[in-house]
Amino acid sequence: MNRRTLRRVFSNFMVGLMIGAVIVALIPLFFILINLILKGAGSLSLDFFTRTPAPAGETGGGVVHALTGTLLIVGTACLIGLPVGIGAGVYCAEYPTSRLTWVTRFVADVLNGTPSIVVGVFAWAWIVATQKHFSGLAGSVALSLLMIPMVLRTTEEMIKLVPNSLREAALALGYPRWRTSLSVVIRTTLPGIMTGALLAIARIAGETAPLLFTALGSQYLSFDLDQPMAALPLTVFTYATGPYEEWHQYAWAAALVLILVVLVLSLGARLAIRRRFTLNG
Amino acid sequence: MTVVQQPEALRPTDAVPLERANYGDRAFRIVLTAAAALIPTLLAFLVYQLWTGAQLAVGRFGLGFITSSTWDPVAEEFGAFPLVFGTLLSSLIALVIAVPLSLGVAIYLTEFAPKSVRQPVAFLIGLLAAIPSVVYGLWGIFVLVPALRTTAFPLLRKIFGFLPLFQGPIYGPSMLAAGIILAIMVMPYVMSVSREVLLAVPNTQREAALALGATRWEAVTTAVVPYARSGLIGAIILGLGRALGETMAVTMVIGNRHEIAASLFAPGYTMAAAIANEFSEAVGDLHLSALAYVAFVLFLVTVLVNAGARLLIWRVARGSGAGSSAL
Repeated sequence: MNRRTLRRVFSNFMVGLMIGAVIVALIPLFFILINLILKGAGSLSLDFFTRTPAPAGETGGGVVHALTGTLLIVGTACLIGLPVGIGAGVYCAEYPTSRLTWVTRFVADVLNGTPSIVVGVFAWAWIVATQKHFSGLAGSVALSLLMIPMVLRTTEEMIKLVPNSLREAALALGYPRWRTSLSVVIRTTLPGIMTGALLAIARIAGETAPLLFTALGSQYLSFDLDQPMAALPLTVFTYATGPYEEWHQYAWAAALVLILVVLVLSLGARLAIRRRFTLNG
Repeated sequence: MTVVQQPEALRPTDAVPLERANYGDRAFRIVLTAAAALIPTLLAFLVYQLWTGAQLAVGRFGLGFITSSTWDPVAEEFGAFPLVFGTLLSSLIALVIAVPLSLGVAIYLTEFAPKSVRQPVAFLIGLLAAIPSVVYGLWGIFVLVPALRTTAFPLLRKIFGFLPLFQGPIYGPSMLAAGIILAIMVMPYVMSVSREVLLAVPNTQREAALALGATRWEAVTTAVVPYARSGLIGAIILGLGRALGETMAVTMVIGNRHEIAASLFAPGYTMAAAIANEFSEAVGDLHLSALAYVAFVLFLVTVLVNAGARLLIWRVARGSGAGSSAL
């Protein structure tokens, strides 16, 4: 074999290795999804979605308390996080030369890389420690802090995609800056901003660590954000690490529901983004 | 030179709307500024809260906290070295496994894969990033750890048993199990950022190498990877940042023991896992404060790691436009 063929063979060999890497990388995904369906789907029933848990040792019961809790905690987190994230994102895009823009962008990057458990400790020290009791609201604050940097980033990126001619057209027609921003720039990017928000919601809906010592979890159906509250990820954690076989089955079922919620949210958002905007890459 | 007279009709006669518009602009800016300024304020408050929370432990143990190995809540003696060690070791294992895989996938997808394969594979690997941490933990406890205990670990011990890393009894929950779970979790991040970085490499680099007679693999190693090197390192460090702070999946498979062992089969602990497990059941103020100290150290480490990664990625992505969405 001469040197040239040898080099070509080696090149093909490396490509083969890389295809192997792709296959190895995809194996966990398939195993996780298949296990979730096989072990979780069996326990799904109407009761699972409509009843609170049965006392330990008894069969039956459901996770309606956790579904309600997740909905309330994540909903409240959105009420806090979306206005701040979107507002700051608009600021960064509209006043790119301001020094505050630079600081905010940098801090958002720092927050984005902060472990969620650290944010949980912060919410505990700020709210739980001063109020002297665990509460769903403290969980919402922690989650909103995780969502703000994500929302800020997508909002800013989306607004930057708006062509300047559109903005100039509005200004030339005599619109003041704020109306140009609100009814021209933001309005054209609203679907993009909303999908960014959906992605952030999908991410925080599955977060467990920041809720461990803020919302804490509970076995009862509760609508009071000032009290400890159950959440779906917390339920998965408690049931998975608990001693009963029955609990483990419920953990799988709850995890299946959780992942369906997260995947539907993030897939929907991704598809919407791809259809409306063609981003780099 | 003649002075051009403005016709009467065109002169702005009603100054009021303009002024009103000005008020609107100012109000708009104030509202947005408040939102933007809130974020640095919150971060400052976060740092302040962690720091004041840790004061008690800082005063008692000082910097020796990080190098001491006793963790005894009853005797109120705390040292975080096993936690720091476990965090670094589990993240290192994760990178050793995840980096070759994710770089391989990223290079294959940008340089070799047919167009029809690129999007679907990138999409599927992106799905891994969407799976919540607690679901990885659940899968780890009931599927991965039993499988490792019965097949992979004994095999490793048989082949590499001469190394201290692979000796000793096999429990299941272990440092190695945590490293493997972390590898699966950080892989999508390293892969997608590396892919963005590789896409930012100009095509002329590849064409030049190919024109000189390089094979496609040689073009990658001589022209593409060197150009993207600092960005790829940035992607890896970004993955490291993720691995350091990961909590739920790790605490569910690592065994949660304040110990340092040479064997990867032995259980361990990480900073994040210790906070997750002990915080709500902490006995006494000093225990709480020690955990807040751990949180503060973890925060500092991840900030430094992430800042470094972003700097490196920014150096490659600057000017090309691509890659910015990866940040």
